[in-house]
Amino acid sequence: MSVLLELRGASKRFVKTLDTAARLANLFGANAREEIVHAVDAVDLAVQAGEVVGLVGESGCGKSTLGRLAVGLLEPSAGTRLWRGEEVAQLPAAKQREIQLKIQMIFQDPYASLNPRMRVADIVGEAPVVHGLIEPREQKDYVAQLLLRVGLDASLLRRFPHQFSGGQRARIGIARALAVKPEFLVCDEAVAALDVSIQAQVLNLFMELREEFKLTYLFISHDLGVVQHLSDRVVIMYLGRVVEAASTEEIYARANHPYTQALLAEVPRLDLRRKSFVSIKGEIPSPLAPPPGCHFHPRCPHAMPRCRIEQPHLREIAPLHFSACHLNDDVQGA
Amino acid sequence: MTESTLRVENLRTHFFTRQGVVKAVEDVSFSVGAGRILGLVGESGSGKSMTGYSIMGLVDPPGRVVAGRILLGGKDLRTLAPDEMRKVRGNRIAMIFQDPMMTLNPVLRVDTQMIEAIQAHADVSRAAALERARDALARVGIPSPQERLSAYPHQFSGGMRQRVAIAIALLNKPDLIIADEPTTALDVTIQGQILFEMQKLARESGTALIWITHDLSVIAGLADEICVMYAGRIVEHGSVDQVLDAPLHPYTHGLIDSVPSRGRRGEPLRQIPGMTPSLLDLAPGCAFRDRCARADGACAEDPALSSPVAGRQVRCFHPLTQSAVA
Ligand SMILES: Nc1ncnc2c1ncn2[C@@H]1O[C@H](COP(=O)(O)OP(=O)(O)OP(=O)(O)O)[C@@H](O)[C@H]1O
Ligand SMILES: Nc1ncnc2c1ncn2[C@@H]1O[C@H](COP(=O)(O)OP(=O)(O)OP(=O)(O)O)[C@@H](O)[C@H]1O
Ligand code: SF4
Ligand code: SF4
Ligand SMILES: [Mg+2]
Ligand SMILES: [Mg+2]
Repeated sequence: MSVLLELRGASKRFVKTLDTAARLANLFGANAREEIVHAVDAVDLAVQAGEVVGLVGESGCGKSTLGRLAVGLLEPSAGTRLWRGEEVAQLPAAKQREIQLKIQMIFQDPYASLNPRMRVADIVGEAPVVHGLIEPREQKDYVAQLLLRVGLDASLLRRFPHQFSGGQRARIGIARALAVKPEFLVCDEAVAALDVSIQAQVLNLFMELREEFKLTYLFISHDLGVVQHLSDRVVIMYLGRVVEAASTEEIYARANHPYTQALLAEVPRLDLRRKSFVSIKGEIPSPLAPPPGCHFHPRCPHAMPRCRIEQPHLREIAPLHFSACHLNDDVQGA
Repeated sequence: MTESTLRVENLRTHFFTRQGVVKAVEDVSFSVGAGRILGLVGESGSGKSMTGYSIMGLVDPPGRVVAGRILLGGKDLRTLAPDEMRKVRGNRIAMIFQDPMMTLNPVLRVDTQMIEAIQAHADVSRAAALERARDALARVGIPSPQERLSAYPHQFSGGMRQRVAIAIALLNKPDLIIADEPTTALDVTIQGQILFEMQKLARESGTALIWITHDLSVIAGLADEICVMYAGRIVEHGSVDQVLDAPLHPYTHGLIDSVPSRGRRGEPLRQIPGMTPSLLDLAPGCAFRDRCARADGACAEDPALSSPVAGRQVRCFHPLTQSAVA
């Protein structure tokens, strides 16, 4: 196998502006300020050609930001991005544009990401014409074929996005991404807005397309059931850092990081009835002021004094199983 | 049989739009007893929230509750005058919304909001109200509640805001709480905490709980009974184990099968073909028939709720285990 896309030491910092609630409250005497967010903090991520990698973590931990860095929609504050082993930023502009087409993103909200004033024929067919992948006169047939492939009636070409249901809009978003013949798809909560019965249709479609077009996926989701179903490998993030990565079987059978263990224990499952929910201690800390040392230490049942000071680094604790936790040092440390 | 805290009988809530009548809630009946948790599941647009809003008396025009009885401790809430209903709301029944900012006022401190909520329904001193507010925050697991009382909503994370909204719902120890997808936007670890608090509340204070969600897995872990809604109607009702282990309605069966489950990784998921019908001028007959593998000529008529198994109900001419049962 070869590495298709790689991020090395990728970081992204944002200046966090105030939301409406905070601005309103300021008017009434509260004291909210702008701050720096380390949304992604020195992450290494390598995706093999043909692989499906699931990216999991709590809201605000930096999944979407990492996805955007991978696609090239955001410039990293630090670190590099490689496509087939070559650093993209160092390549000639024409080559960079070519790579840009090979990596497409599918967004969470299919409605917000589709231009409401464009017809489906143009939403799906514009980019391949602009980039010279097809001739303008081929557009109609090309789009019709793609629509068929994602399970939509080709007669819907002239319609606008609002004339479709949520599941159909998700399919249009997928057709649009496929239209430029990508090799790598970053799916950011691509089924989160869909009903279960429709979600199953779209997940099945993703799996079929993977075979048919030899696609590689980075599949971002907060739904562990969905990730487990689809992914070969799972990457777990916590507050901007990767804390664990391993094959899907390995993660679900032998989760190593205390955060991963807590996460898996809380996943609701159809076969768990009248569960006695337990209350995990602590709140998700703010990414604005992440705790020092191991970011997870305020909530970790195994935290030791060094966890408050020293950041644990990702280590291979079993073949191809990486985890960032000081507990894995105990053997030597004791 | 114990007396139900809430009994809803033949509830109908319709929207009279320019395009036609939307029957958002159509002939819905169920009851919840003290300390019991009822899960209300269904797809987007199936009428779950409108059922909750109808009970709360919060349906806005062009919508209207057109028929049915909503009995709280035996008294029909539909017969109450608006100011009497206002006394019931937030006092004997409370609702928790998906977006906690539906409950919270962004420009008021949390203590101000909580004291107002208490004093609106009880003649207590500010000091006593403050103490109750602090206890309520502590109960939903908010650390250092005394300090947090003087914070504004934006100073809380999403999960904490939702817990504040829940604390406000608990303030007056209501008989019934309707929770409308309050954990959908939250992470599983925080969701676990909130489910923990709600479960405790029902078990310990005897509050009846209606938990609205599209997520069957949450209901599986939380509820005692399930009502499955489809296109404004209840299509199946039974205990959690009955419904999830041996669904009677083809739709329920399809829903359960479409949930990605352990041990079937990479296999195609079972899917329900087609999509949810529009409720606008819905044609007569079973609303599921375009998507149903068991549909036949009989399904052009409206199926009635029947009880092929004791303690369960299903709205279908050809329920799944009928032959096994007969
Ligand atoms: N454009 C931006 N400006 C300022 N802050 C941002 C911006 N984009 C993201 N952030 C912040 O960076 C952090 C990571 O956000 P991100 O959207 O990557 O999280 P996520 O894991 O995708 O969360 P979710 O599951 O809620 O989608 C958050 O604290 C977020 O508020
Ligand atoms: N103001 C309105 N005018 C017309 N129809 C409405 C209006 N409000 C709601 N409806 C309709 O009522 C039906 C029931 O809506 P409701 O909000 O109860 O669905 P739900 O089951 O809660 O869905 P969701 O899971 O998306 O929250 C929907 O089909 C909706 O289109
Ligand atoms: S490094 Fe320490 S605090 Fe962090 S997960 Fe491991 S034991 Fe817990
Ligand atoms: S009544 Fe007919 S169409 Fe409706 S669910 Fe039953 S078998 Fe299917
Ligand atoms: Mg995101
Ligand atoms: Mg709703």
